Amino acid sequence: MIINIGKYIEIAIDWITKNFTSFFDGIDHIVGNFINGFQYGLNWIPFYITIAIIALLAFYKAGKTIGIFTILGLLLIYAMGFWAATMETLALVLSSAIIALILGLPLGIWSAENKKVEKIMHPILDLMQTMPAFVYLIPAVLFFGLGNVPGAFATVIFAMPPVVRLTTLGLKQVPKDIVEAGYSFGATRSQLLFKIQLPLALPTIMTGINQTIMMSLSMVVIAAMISAGGLGEVVLKGITQMKIGLGFEGGIAVVILAIILDRITQGFVKQKK
Amino acid sequence: MSKIEIRDISIIFGSEKTKARKMLDEHKSKQDILKATGCTVAVKNANLSINEGEIFVIMGLSGSGKSTLLRCINRLIKPTSGEVFIDNINIIRIPDKELLGIRRKKMSMVFQHFGLLPHRSVLSNVAFGLELQGIDKTERLNKAKQSIDIVGLKGYEEQKVSELSGGMQQRVGLARALANNPEILLMDEAFSALDPLIREQMQDELLELQCKMQKTIVFITHDLDEAIKLGDRIAIMKDGEVIQTGTPEEILTNPADKYVARFTENVDRGRVITATSIMIKRPVTVRLQREGPEAILRKMREKNLFALPVIGKNDEFIGEIRLRDVIKLREKGEKNIDSIIFTEIPSVLENTTVEDMLPLLNKVRQAIPVVNEKGQLAGMVSPSSVIIEMTGKDKIEINEIIQNAIDL
Repeated sequence: MIINIGKYIEIAIDWITKNFTSFFDGIDHIVGNFINGFQYGLNWIPFYITIAIIALLAFYKAGKTIGIFTILGLLLIYAMGFWAATMETLALVLSSAIIALILGLPLGIWSAENKKVEKIMHPILDLMQTMPAFVYLIPAVLFFGLGNVPGAFATVIFAMPPVVRLTTLGLKQVPKDIVEAGYSFGATRSQLLFKIQLPLALPTIMTGINQTIMMSLSMVVIAAMISAGGLGEVVLKGITQMKIGLGFEGGIAVVILAIILDRITQGFVKQKK
Repeated sequence: MSKIEIRDISIIFGSEKTKARKMLDEHKSKQDILKATGCTVAVKNANLSINEGEIFVIMGLSGSGKSTLLRCINRLIKPTSGEVFIDNINIIRIPDKELLGIRRKKMSMVFQHFGLLPHRSVLSNVAFGLELQGIDKTERLNKAKQSIDIVGLKGYEEQKVSELSGGMQQRVGLARALANNPEILLMDEAFSALDPLIREQMQDELLELQCKMQKTIVFITHDLDEAIKLGDRIAIMKDGEVIQTGTPEEILTNPADKYVARFTENVDRGRVITATSIMIKRPVTVRLQREGPEAILRKMREKNLFALPVIGKNDEFIGEIRLRDVIKLREKGEKNIDSIIFTEIPSVLENTTVEDMLPLLNKVRQAIPVVNEKGQLAGMVSPSSVIIEMTGKDKIEINEIIQNAIDL
């Protein structure tokens, strides 16, 4: 006997698409504008200013070596002619990561508070993380068509689990006696969260944010398959047209961006510790 | 009415509380309850009344329920049954909002592992309680500074707490607790995580502070020496039950059961036991101008004593009279004993400790006289009872030691 799970999922997705069209249109509109604005802004700023800002950030957060690497790496990207594509990717990564954080942080806090929520969340997060990333592209296209928004949608789903998990972990690792001390001095629930738990969990949460940003980057490249722009498009062109050189060039640009983003966010983690 | 009144508190952890509660009422043992319901009985019908301005120590080994009981006083743990009254307000039944106010203003807590915020400075840790109350920054930092002065941490305000030693960190904990000027201090094994030397220093400083502040302090410890040193009164807990409450001396001299007695075995009794507990009350005395040599001699022979205390009209202690002198007096045929009274005899007050009586032993013939504040003779302490208290050995053991020494 063959159990046809796929059929039921299709039915469910169909139903969602039909009944929530206006809802998805709304999201499409808001998120689309957000990403477009971001991309437009990054491309509007002259490249040398952008490089200077990112290099300064890298210099302060990650040290001299990474600062120099940032300048050279970004200049290389510019010289290869991928500046616009890189900025598109950066905008897509950052907006997806921001959306993932906006959703993920509260979910993480909620599941640290509530055991039932944690129990439900756990397998869902496992699923989100281990499902082959390409699978998310299909419902994304069905809900939002082609372009940046479905790319962001798939990216958010793929990249959210680390921040949820590490937020929960960070909050649970806050020593019990510090929490008790907070209550014994008359802290309310929200005072405890904002004055004790979140500050103490911050290094762990920052690690989660770092992971989320890195996973966003890897997914954004894959999302080129559904016409999300940027460096992914370059790599995809390399694959489909068998242009090895182009593929590699796009790949190198992604790696440079990844290293810069990783070191800067890790710099935040270390400073918090 | 006392400051804190703990009435019939029972605390049961687990899911089948009602059933466990019922079994507890039927006087089933903790083990039986655990087996039948899976519930742990942490505290069992505890009753305590704690007076204003005293240091009340709750002592017990780990798992005795002492810390759990302490947490009922500020309702960090809600008891399964029973009431806690603070100034006649039932802490267990008041709404959360009121509880918040009481936690903020009326009492504060000091923790074994300090419970400080490692990412903040000493100053902002101390000001934390005031910050929660919403007091504005300048005022709360001022108050915090005063509190830091009290615990002797001046100059460390801007340090991060994670950079301080354990003893210093606990000073911060104490300063934080004092900053909102509470009436009640709850101290949960506050000095247990510290080195012995630092611990003793902190104990001394707490006693000194208490002289000035006169707070009501509930102090939890597993160390009987600490309990005796700090406590005006001590409650001893075992397996969730309060088995004895009393002053340190009452507990040492009159342990409620074998468990308490075993605890008290290794305590330095010399510092705790006072003359009152070991003196012979109504001793044989000579009353001035009433008795002649004949009567005195008869008394001495009867009791096999070679010296007797002399007291005046109002029982005031005057001196000592010795057998040899009485015999001489009789031979001379004199009746008046005034001439043979030794007045330069050491005497001690009722609350003098055994330790302080020890140096007097070779200055007295028969026994050390104990006088009250009015100078009246209250009793006599025999050297052998001082030795018994100091060595912790009983009479038979001491006789054995003496016999062995003679045989040598």
